[in-house]
Amino acid sequence: MPTDEMVARLHWFRLDRREFLRLCGGGLLVCLTGVRDEAQESGRGSRDQVLPQEIGAWLHIDEGSRITVFTGKVEVGQNIRTSLAQLVADEIRASFDSITMVMGDTDLVPWDMGTFGSRSMPIMGPQLRNMAAAARQLLVDTAAQRWKVDPAALTAANGKVVNPKTGHSLAYGEITRGEKLTQTVANDPHLTPVIEWKIAGKAIPKVDGREFVTGKHHYPSDIVRPGMMSGKVLRPSGFNATLVSVDTSAADKMPGVRAVRDGDFIGLVAPDDRTAEQAISAIQAKWNVPSQISNQELFDYLRKHPEGEERGEPNETGSVQRAMATADVKLEQHYTLQYIAHAPLEPRAAVAEWNGDKLTVWTGTQRPFGVRDELAAAFRISAAKVRVIMPDMGSGYGGKHTGECAVEAARLAKAADKPVRVVWTREEEFTWAYFRPAGWIGIRSGAKRDGTLVAWEHHNYNSGPGGINTPYNVVSPITQFHPATSPLRQGSYRALAATANHFAREVHMDELAHAVGMDPLEFRLKNLTDPRLRAVFQAAAERFDWGKRKPAPSHGFGIAGGLEKGGYVATCVDVEMDSANKRVRLHHVVEAWESGAIVNPEGLRNQILGSVVQAIGGALFEEIHFKDGRILNPHFAQYRVPRFSDMPEIDMVLIDRKDLPSTGAGETPIVGLAPAVSNAIFTVTGKRLRDMPMAANAELAS
Amino acid sequence: MMEDILLHINNASFHVRTSGDDSLLSVLRNDLHLYGTKYGCGEGQCGACTVLVDGVARRSCRMRVSSAANAEITTIEGLESNGALHPVQQAFLEEEAFQCGYCTSGMILSAANLLRDHPRPTDQQIIEYMNGNICRCGTYPRIVAAIQRAAELEAKGGAGHANR
Repeated sequence: MPTDEMVARLHWFRLDRREFLRLCGGGLLVCLTGVRDEAQESGRGSRDQVLPQEIGAWLHIDEGSRITVFTGKVEVGQNIRTSLAQLVADEIRASFDSITMVMGDTDLVPWDMGTFGSRSMPIMGPQLRNMAAAARQLLVDTAAQRWKVDPAALTAANGKVVNPKTGHSLAYGEITRGEKLTQTVANDPHLTPVIEWKIAGKAIPKVDGREFVTGKHHYPSDIVRPGMMSGKVLRPSGFNATLVSVDTSAADKMPGVRAVRDGDFIGLVAPDDRTAEQAISAIQAKWNVPSQISNQELFDYLRKHPEGEERGEPNETGSVQRAMATADVKLEQHYTLQYIAHAPLEPRAAVAEWNGDKLTVWTGTQRPFGVRDELAAAFRISAAKVRVIMPDMGSGYGGKHTGECAVEAARLAKAADKPVRVVWTREEEFTWAYFRPAGWIGIRSGAKRDGTLVAWEHHNYNSGPGGINTPYNVVSPITQFHPATSPLRQGSYRALAATANHFAREVHMDELAHAVGMDPLEFRLKNLTDPRLRAVFQAAAERFDWGKRKPAPSHGFGIAGGLEKGGYVATCVDVEMDSANKRVRLHHVVEAWESGAIVNPEGLRNQILGSVVQAIGGALFEEIHFKDGRILNPHFAQYRVPRFSDMPEIDMVLIDRKDLPSTGAGETPIVGLAPAVSNAIFTVTGKRLRDMPMAANAELAS
Repeated sequence: MMEDILLHINNASFHVRTSGDDSLLSVLRNDLHLYGTKYGCGEGQCGACTVLVDGVARRSCRMRVSSAANAEITTIEGLESNGALHPVQQAFLEEEAFQCGYCTSGMILSAANLLRDHPRPTDQQIIEYMNGNICRCGTYPRIVAAIQRAAELEAKGGAGHANR
């Protein structure tokens, strides 16, 4: 019942964590402590918490045997709600349906840095498994005490502890009834071997799938609060603008409208969206927008405007020069990437509600605790006074780390003294969110006539250090990341700089292979030792029949691969060119992937598929056009994203390494496609495409 | 200019008082709280707001509410029948043809219209028909498979509908 839900939430709203835990009542509560530093950035943001800082997650079993797991990770379509629940169900020996995941509600879950960097599976996965294993052991021990038998004689299965000798059994809820059991566990792996998994490792359908196909799931933009008003923010006419003058009188005269001005922030609240839209366009404002660069000057600008510390060893010893002197083939090239937009189909949305000095915000974000801290800073209140709730959202792809919309809604709600909802328009999302960084990458290399790589120097300007180190064998390579002043607001993105660095490196490797007259796969394998990367290259090549079949007329084959964040990828593509060699179409993609033990094969396939499809956009046509502080293509009609008609046949080869820890798979599968496409186009046209996107105006970049 | 408009949605009638220029999407979401229909772009470019108007898939963000009066409107909330999923909904679940699910309402309603026009579509017909709907998570091949599965389910007498 919606009404009950609202009452419950209001009730929880006034609780701190200690009260919440008390309200859990009887049953079993397990807390996990001593989690690794990289999972928690220990200390930061945790000072106001009632429980020890180091707690990474907790788990509660109630008297009805229902198991609730609390984690700061969030569900954005990557299916982590389902796969984490599978891991818990397996480890605690209970049915999948008995598990409920409470995610991304800052009042209810332990502090978490956020859902990004492919960390949920490799870090939160083992944490939850540890907790579940500890809970199972405590349940067994408690049953053993009650029966006065040796715990070693008992087994746990299907949500029960069983004594095989007597046939007695107790459901978990029966064991915890009337008891208040607590257990604190350290990060001490004592886990069920992957080969014994019964629920994890299987293609369990997405939790609440039916809610999504029936339209019942409430996304952040669907949240309604009693007395809620619509909020709108007046956007400056360009980036870095200063307000010259503003007249809100026409808007203020509209029924129920109230304009809010706070420095250069101008917004309003209205009884409904349509009034808010009319009112915002009735505000007269003059802005002073400074002259700013455009795409034309972008790469020069990035190279000439360093900012911050360079990362990686500079070439001071001259090792690369000496190695170059021994090379038979020498190559120096540069590669570029434009800014692109995440363009999640659900734009930024937030509902903010003040209750006295306590603020609650429902919003779509990958970093609920980060947004909580942003709100606390914006309103100069303690983080303990801010609750951020993250309903499973219309995705982010790295684009929703920040809390702009939440801050706007909260500012307007404070002025209105009522709950306020702000939902960004598509144009706002394309303009006022942040972009994947543009980048300029220079590579200098040398190889022997027999294909041995002997020299490697790789410089990335602005796009980032992710995936910058070459996996190929070469003595004393130089890799450096040069941060730059970005003319546009930039931030995270699926796989972030790994896409840029793999594009440059894997196109460059292809150029070297052709220069020494070797097959591109053979050349890579000759210079590659890493067995996991070799395995995906070989798996992709085998499925593709690489080297065994010839492309059809006007078709070309390309291959590329790499590793990042514990995932290994290799991609083979078959592209088709039109008769003028101008337009390209992807005909077939084979992608091999390995990320340790597979937790949910269907979820994994969906993530690889999504990565390949998103990669097509960045490879071929996605590109933000900008000039003088304005985005020139802030609409789907002008900013082309992949559609049905762009789909090639996509084959996936999954390597399930049950002997290796599971790592994340939402990002790295994106990195192989763009270089493979460039390499394939070269074999047809003889033209090297070193700039992403490669076919922005439906024609190949020259 | 505010008008009183009578809308027939999911086999029920609603009186709304609104400007006739307002979009159907705005009225569905803001006046009738039918939040299954999504805003994606407001420009008819992404298909997230698709509803059926007299059985035809329309972009509700680009449709004036006054022009929807007297028509039979179906939103995602009205596609189930006595608690049983429509074959397209059933097929989307079975193929797991969504990730974040934000495009799913529009995809399902577009597909429902497609299958009415072409009960056994070719993959090429699906691609051409569905090309105005964006799935930014990139599940397109699964959606094509789901629509083919829905066509099979309908041919067999309609999936969930047959199970009730």
